[in-house]
Amino acid sequence: MSSSSGTPESWISSFCSLLGHEYFAEISEDFIEDDFNLTGLQTQVAMYKEALEMILDVEPEEDDEEEEDEEEEEGDESIEGEERSSRRAAAERRHHRMASDLSIIESSAEMLYGLIHQRFICSRAGIQQMSEKYELTHFGVCPRTNCESTRTLPVGLSDVPGEDTVKLFCPSCLDVYVPPNSRFQTVDGAFFGRTFGALFLLTFPEYDISKKGAEVLSGNHGPRAVASHPTDTDDKEKINGMNASNLAPGLGKGKMYEPKIYGFKVSERARSGPRMGWLRNRPSDIRELDEAALYHVEHPDETDDDMSMNGVPTQPRQPTKKSRRPNGGSPMSIEPNGDAFT
Amino acid sequence: MDDFNSETDSDYTSYWRDWFISSRGNEYFCEIDEDYLTDRFNLTGLNTEVQYYQYALDLVTDVFDLDCDDEMRETIEKSARHLYGLVHARYIVTTRGLAKMLEKYKKADFGKCPRVMCKSHPLLPMGQSDNPNVKAVKLYCAKCEDIYNPKSSRHSAIDGAYFGTSFHNIIFQVYPALIPTKAYDRYVPRIYGFRVHAPATLIRWQHGQRDDMRKRLRKLEIESGFKDDEEEVEPEDSEEEEEEEEGEMDALENGEMDGGGNNQV
Ligand SMILES: [Zn+2]
Repeated sequence: MSSSSGTPESWISSFCSLLGHEYFAEISEDFIEDDFNLTGLQTQVAMYKEALEMILDVEPEEDDEEEEDEEEEEGDESIEGEERSSRRAAAERRHHRMASDLSIIESSAEMLYGLIHQRFICSRAGIQQMSEKYELTHFGVCPRTNCESTRTLPVGLSDVPGEDTVKLFCPSCLDVYVPPNSRFQTVDGAFFGRTFGALFLLTFPEYDISKKGAEVLSGNHGPRAVASHPTDTDDKEKINGMNASNLAPGLGKGKMYEPKIYGFKVSERARSGPRMGWLRNRPSDIRELDEAALYHVEHPDETDDDMSMNGVPTQPRQPTKKSRRPNGGSPMSIEPNGDAFT
Repeated sequence: MDDFNSETDSDYTSYWRDWFISSRGNEYFCEIDEDYLTDRFNLTGLNTEVQYYQYALDLVTDVFDLDCDDEMRETIEKSARHLYGLVHARYIVTTRGLAKMLEKYKKADFGKCPRVMCKSHPLLPMGQSDNPNVKAVKLYCAKCEDIYNPKSSRHSAIDGAYFGTSFHNIIFQVYPALIPTKAYDRYVPRIYGFRVHAPATLIRWQHGQRDDMRKRLRKLEIESGFKDDEEEVEPEDSEEEEEEEEGEMDALENGEMDGGGNNQV
């Protein structure tokens, strides 16, 4: 279908290099060409077939003979007359398309790319590509002072396009932020979706998420970066299967803002006293959470909407000691052909 | 300097301060009143903090009249900015200063909270130290009660001591009506509609902390400031139920999306 996989002129790479599209991964053609990955998208965009061809840089006349084309081009055949060669008709059709439909196809292609993108970044290949972008701080850093410039991930608050723009998820404080640059305020959040951020954390448990984005950029390896360099994840303290050091490291004592007036803490009893400390709190002994978790394991009714570390919501939690290969990919085992979208 | 100023001494015109507060990057500063600046009591202790203190003060109050080279002029200019900042920290906790900063706050001159759930709540500048040259200015959100880094590098270079550690808290004591309603709204990490176990455990713990605080406040009959203040605080397990419903609902939404019912564009 496509002749080249990575020419710089491809629609995909030019789309991803547009201003404001810095968060997008380049979806592999393999992923797009697997019909399974596109299940349900036909009805979501206008001129689906043309949009898909545009994304894949397929010349429209190549599949003139295909049956799907006929219904879309109703009027043309009768006007042109049957005696005309199909080649001539194709050229006319192309011209017609160029003249009136190109902008529709272009915006459809962008919508379709975004919707496929939402799925792609949750696939093994896609999340890998996003992890490379994350490591290069392509998604920026957390604006919260106490998160000390930890790197963020692009997410959507809805999976439905047109509802909200892209946001940035900070794994260090488990909160979401508006991207600092206004050019991202035109990027649909659904193109990243609600799942990617959390899936990323579970897929790469060995990442030191408290590492500063600036350290990565400057190549300056501070003592913290060295000390917490992941070598053996099994040696680390675990909380519900997650490295304790990776569960909201930006929260808790010493990482919370305490309001003061002339050096004195503002009392909770004051009308203007602190009310939101809980949002940035974390027990100093993380095992407190493990105990809470045990309670919920014993009362499975209350946890049945939780996603366990193994990514199987209906299964009971597996022993946290279960070892994983340090770079063995996703414990979620999400495959491009997985059952995520059925 | 020319003798331009000496001719207009009698007229009240704040050339230097006008220039300063309208300079790019100085959007967080308000204009300090002439009266405040000329009252020596307000400047107590700053003479040892600022190089060429008297010249700097003259410059700020538009009475600078020294013949000097460009290098000296630049040094004094720098001192003047530092002096202005240090006086600013004192001025903005006065009645006049608070009122001026309130106007800027209402216009969101200090930016808006980047936290999605705060829905663009306006920010206030603050310092993490009252001593200069320690930490750069941060921005406080009264909705989530947290502090954020300014977006622009021209703001992140400003000394936090020019705003101080108290102003952004005092303003809400002086104007309690400004205290925003606090909200439970928060982000819950999910995978295909399901909450992720480890963060969910932390979130449950945090909600326990919050409910404990609300119980303490209720006992003391202190307004909690949350929007459902009139309602009784429900026992802990009821909220848990609420969350689970949400989880189920989200899972359904997810399914709906996959079905792909809507044709748009
Ligand atoms: Zn906020």
